[in-house]
Amino acid sequence: MLANNLFAKTIRVGQRQAIKTIQQGLLLAVNGDTVMVEPGHYHEKNILINKSLSLIGINHPVLDGEHKYEIISIKANGVLIDGFKIVHSAVSSIEDFAGIKIYSCRNVVIRNNILEDTFFGIYTQYGVNCTIEKNTLISFSKEEQQSGNGIHCWKADSMRIITNNITGHRDGIYFEFVTNSIIWRNISEKNLRYGLHFMFSNHDSYISNVFENNGAGVAVMFSNHVKMIHNYFKENWGDGAYGLLLKEISDSYIESNRFVKNTAGIFMEGASRIQLEKNVFEANGWAMKIQASCMEVKISNNNFMANTFDVGTNGNLVLNTFNNNYWDKYEGYDINRDKLGDIPYRPVSLYAMIIEQNPPAMILFRSLMTSLFDKTEKILPSLTPENLKDEHPLMKPLPL
Amino acid sequence: MIIASNVSKNYGRLKALDNISVTCVKGECIALIGPNGCGKTTLIKSILGMVVCDSGFITFNGNNIRHNWKYRAHIGYMPQIGRYPENMTIGQVLDMMKDIRGTKNEVPDEELVEQFELNKLLKKRMGALSGGTRQKVSAALAFLFNPDVLILDEPTAGLDPVSSEILKAKIINEKNKGKLVLITSHILSELDDLISQVIYMQEGKLCFHKNIINLQDETGEVKLSKAIAQVMMKN
Amino acid sequence: MKKIIKYVIIDILRNKIVLAYTALLLLISITIFNLEDNAAKGLLSLLNIILIIVPLVSMLFSAIYVYNSAEFVELLVSQPLKRRTIWLSLFLGLAASMALAFFIGAGVPILLFEATATGFMMLATGLLLSVIFVALAMLAAAMARDKAKGIGVVILLWLFFSIIFDGLILFILFQFADYPLEKIMVAAVALNPIDLSRILILLKMDVSALMSYTGAVFKDFFGTQTGLVLSFCVLITWIIVPGWLSLRRFNKKDL
Repeated sequence: MLANNLFAKTIRVGQRQAIKTIQQGLLLAVNGDTVMVEPGHYHEKNILINKSLSLIGINHPVLDGEHKYEIISIKANGVLIDGFKIVHSAVSSIEDFAGIKIYSCRNVVIRNNILEDTFFGIYTQYGVNCTIEKNTLISFSKEEQQSGNGIHCWKADSMRIITNNITGHRDGIYFEFVTNSIIWRNISEKNLRYGLHFMFSNHDSYISNVFENNGAGVAVMFSNHVKMIHNYFKENWGDGAYGLLLKEISDSYIESNRFVKNTAGIFMEGASRIQLEKNVFEANGWAMKIQASCMEVKISNNNFMANTFDVGTNGNLVLNTFNNNYWDKYEGYDINRDKLGDIPYRPVSLYAMIIEQNPPAMILFRSLMTSLFDKTEKILPSLTPENLKDEHPLMKPLPL
Repeated sequence: MIIASNVSKNYGRLKALDNISVTCVKGECIALIGPNGCGKTTLIKSILGMVVCDSGFITFNGNNIRHNWKYRAHIGYMPQIGRYPENMTIGQVLDMMKDIRGTKNEVPDEELVEQFELNKLLKKRMGALSGGTRQKVSAALAFLFNPDVLILDEPTAGLDPVSSEILKAKIINEKNKGKLVLITSHILSELDDLISQVIYMQEGKLCFHKNIINLQDETGEVKLSKAIAQVMMKN
Repeated sequence: MKKIIKYVIIDILRNKIVLAYTALLLLISITIFNLEDNAAKGLLSLLNIILIIVPLVSMLFSAIYVYNSAEFVELLVSQPLKRRTIWLSLFLGLAASMALAFFIGAGVPILLFEATATGFMMLATGLLLSVIFVALAMLAAAMARDKAKGIGVVILLWLFFSIIFDGLILFILFQFADYPLEKIMVAAVALNPIDLSRILILLKMDVSALMSYTGAVFKDFFGTQTGLVLSFCVLITWIIVPGWLSLRRFNKKDL
């Protein structure tokens, strides 16, 4: 490393330089060198980087894949790609062409790039300890089949995905078999399928991201030890859309997130040992749908406000606990002034149960009869799950 | 003018009209009498088309009245109990009827309106009127359009004696003009000076239809009430 | 006919109940729009008003009015007028008054506060519901001679369309839960103008996503142009058929 740094040189590429193409510049470079690219429009076909060097763009030179090529392929450790505008990658239904692809290497940094109209944006396979930050990824896909993911990580470890903006892809961020990684302060919006698609990935955290208006929200599946903190799940609104879909998840934390205007704030299936705390659920169709296959989910100190249905469930078996949440629909009282309601709150309405068992009953949504049903059930609970209740609901919302 | 042929009307089991045939001609004043519930009002309503008879038919000037409505332009009807939209004033009711029924060429006959002094009450709401005043309005309306036929159901009920006399004079007057007048009344005595024929009904059946002179001859009674009483005794 | 309609409308407009109804609607809708910081939520509250109060008041008022005008009708029938003219005038007068009351009481606030597709749909269905339930009330009034009976029928009809019908739907849904009933439900909704209006309005609102959450059939049908046109045709049929039946009955009725 030291030797490299001492003898490292900088190679300039540009219209007015001796070296006109990036390919030429890369040929001349050795490990540890820096290739500086001046502004311009470069049609370089596929740029293969197999040396540990830094490729830096000045004022976002454009690398154009002409819809035929994968634009940058990285096959060496310690590569830095900084400051390019990468456009028009190839599209294929067989091969996963990307704007930038990392092949089995370590310590790669990709930052400050703008990717437009790429199939996959930044693609990592077998990457370790790579950083992908401050990139903007915009795609203009119309159909799921003909679109790729924004930031795609497959079989990776210790990844850092930070402050990227991703829009218009199939999945904004895609994780499969990725461990010990962090997704932090990204904005993923208007993607066709999921804002974040997360599978078989353990011991990861995602923090302070915004997932807005994605086709189906965010899906976190078949994983454990995931921390989801301070994210904003917003307006994932539509047929079969979720703020957050949890499927076969265990030992995870969901804390201080906001779920606003989603068809279902959280949909949980086969989730176990999950702690949900200090989240805000506001103006969702269902704040939460908990299938009976979930267990030991602890839901406490959350605010539930202006949701059409607070909680939906599909069975009478309840192995989860609700405690000390604020529910705006709670109509109880607090005589002993301990700021906790004296009678329990039942967040599952009768009508919510009916729909769960018999979906076409949705046709009676907002009819006089169903509201009468719900009123009666509140007074004389008979059909809603006996144990699904918040024993000590808060009288006032938490300042979240 | 009005001919009823074999007219029957049932209300459930009750036979309100049982095979009634009757002919009423111009220039007559016919009293339609009989005990309560004998079918007088039903007959009148059948003639007006308010009740649709089950069998038989009624003609007016030779035309079957069923599915016809124009013939009613020739009829002035005074109901037993005249009730009107409560929020309207007398003036508005009169105007409305003129509006609905009046023709441009014809001047309405407002003689009764004047004689009953309804002009002074034009601004009164119908809902606030006494039964008598309402009868006056009904009577005035019946005569307003100078109809060829007058059908008066208990015309003097509820009227004070003075008004009663005014109405009677008007009836005689119209009869003398050659109009057909059909009257029902419980108070037989007041019909004496008016009528020329009697139709007597009982339990929906027509008992007799006679000229008053014939009736008087047969019974030897001058007073209608006594004559009728005698007929009833015979039956 | 125009003359009689004129007199019927003048008479109804003098009626304090119609004024009270208009004022009530106005009060409710303005309160709703002012109290709710969110106009869309205000619309949702207004939805219930339209689906519950409008049919009830339209129907009760019309039935009572028709019964109370029995003598007036009698008076008119003895005049040289067609019965059809009288009955249609009565219907049109009532329909116009109820629609006007709804328009002033709820329509104007909707146009002022929420002139969106949802608002217009609400306005349209509210007006149609007003007229539909006038027609149903007139049918009840033409069938039942007795006022108390007629008003009882009217209240039963309201209960039926507001609650009982939905109860039956739910019952059927659970009885035949194993069968695909969604398409049948679309057809069943046509049998209840209140349900049909509710769904038409809901599909114009954000919450429509919840409706299609469990199956896209409703949206696929009611959300399309054809579905919309068909739905409005059904609603208009709900005016024509009871109106025509009541007219037929009235033509044969003894007064």
